[in-house]
Amino acid sequence: MNDSLTALRITPAEITPPPASAKVAIDIRDLDFYYGKGHALKDVSMAVPAYSVTAIIGPSGCGKSTLLRGINRIYELYPDQYASGSIAIDGQNILDRRYSLSDLRRKVGMVFQKPTPFPSSIRANVAFALSYYEKLPKTEVSDRIEDALRQAALWDEVKDKLNQSALGLSGGQQQRLCIARTLAVRPEIILLDEPTSALDPISTAKIEELIHELRQRFTIVIVTHNMQQAARVSERTAFFHLGELIEVGNTSDIFTNPREQRTRDYITGRFG
Amino acid sequence: MAIRASRRIADVVAFVFATAATTFGLVWLTWILWMTFRQGAAALTPSLFTQMTPPPGSSGGIFNALYGSAVMILLAVVIGTPVGVAAGTYLAEHGRHTRLAAAVSFINDILLSAPSIVIGLFIYELVVRRAGHFSGFAGALSLAIILLPIVVRTTQESLLLIPDTMREAGFALGLPRWRVTRQILYKAAMSAILTGILLGIARIAGETAPLLFTALNNQFWSANLNAPLANLPVVIFQYVMSPYDEWHTLAWAGAFVLTAFVLLLNILVRLIARKGKQG
Repeated sequence: MNDSLTALRITPAEITPPPASAKVAIDIRDLDFYYGKGHALKDVSMAVPAYSVTAIIGPSGCGKSTLLRGINRIYELYPDQYASGSIAIDGQNILDRRYSLSDLRRKVGMVFQKPTPFPSSIRANVAFALSYYEKLPKTEVSDRIEDALRQAALWDEVKDKLNQSALGLSGGQQQRLCIARTLAVRPEIILLDEPTSALDPISTAKIEELIHELRQRFTIVIVTHNMQQAARVSERTAFFHLGELIEVGNTSDIFTNPREQRTRDYITGRFG
Repeated sequence: MAIRASRRIADVVAFVFATAATTFGLVWLTWILWMTFRQGAAALTPSLFTQMTPPPGSSGGIFNALYGSAVMILLAVVIGTPVGVAAGTYLAEHGRHTRLAAAVSFINDILLSAPSIVIGLFIYELVVRRAGHFSGFAGALSLAIILLPIVVRTTQESLLLIPDTMREAGFALGLPRWRVTRQILYKAAMSAILTGILLGIARIAGETAPLLFTALNNQFWSANLNAPLANLPVVIFQYVMSPYDEWHTLAWAGAFVLTAFVLLLNILVRLIARKGKQG
């Protein structure tokens, strides 16, 4: 078992998995997802423990991004996409149409594959959502912006040019700005959709470091194509294939001793 | 080697054609500018911009016509731009997948290519006949209707050019649609929308047919929008058709001013577009 993994040079991080009794942050039950007639997620049930990093892995088109897009209902932008089943956060089913989108998305932040800075200043990028949710005095807004940028490990690089356009930042900086923007509204859960796939190795390392630091205060779900990354940053890993959740467990178990043959085939590079 | 030679020939041919086409376009523009300038040179004096249109046989300027045109264009922009931007936003954002939006978009296409004389007649019937007299307001209204579909289309197109990832990023922060549109999308599309409005102004600045039925013309100074209002295109039209040499010269000078104005607008558009690209 371990030999194939040694060949891949995957070493699961020395991260203690959350105890079985850990609080569940996201409780997904019988989730089905459709793109028009396409059935993208099939009867998925899994629990995401709070204050931990859960990685979602699987080949392209397996539904891993779809799962993420269900958790903040971003799919509702597109009229032919819909979900059934339930996703409970703090005991409430967020898929219920009565659940306010703005409450949900304040609680559940999301960072996308491609850095998407808004065409405004660095300060404005962070302030947009903040000023929508909270009416704060100016000095406090500045404090919160600094706080968010510090948490995203970007402050030192941008503190002297907060009023410059965010489009002038490098790709890695832009992605950290997107994380800062999300942190500014103080979410509970952060969804990361292949956050480093458009970045160079150094920027990737910075983001991974950041994920390490953020895990103590946030529940993080990260979709990644990169199995080494999943092994490095997560405590829990879920493997998806063709819209089904094949297996979910502690990352070290998934990578060293998977229960399912398909999981083993995927992580040893036999397909995907 | 054979392939390289044929590629080089294709390159040269393409270059020659492109240059020839550019020259062809430029020749007409410079010719128009030069001819209007030469024919109107005698009238291209400061008094052109300070004096009123004269009676036959005496000298004067086109100040009242410039003023009337400026006021009507401004009013047309004030009426047409907010409606156009709002409609374009509806088409690109709110109604993107709806039948209503598809229908509106189609009708907008028709309006975009409607002959301006038809729009003039429409306002004539709707406003001028009911009021019983021509008016600057009716003129502005007809120009606004010509401007409207241009603004609708450019707003729609420039918003659609923004990738959906930008919208998703805004919505993922929990911002409501109007806030995403106002604070993020308009900012990203600003220079493109502005370009559309300026090109629309360039288009309506020279419209003559709709003004003939609406604002008509006014020989004298008048700032009253509820009365016939002098304007550049109709003055040019009437003066060119007249038998008087002074009027001919004034018409040429007016034509030069109009062409130069449109040219300047287009240069401005280029500058804005370039600035937008640098973002």
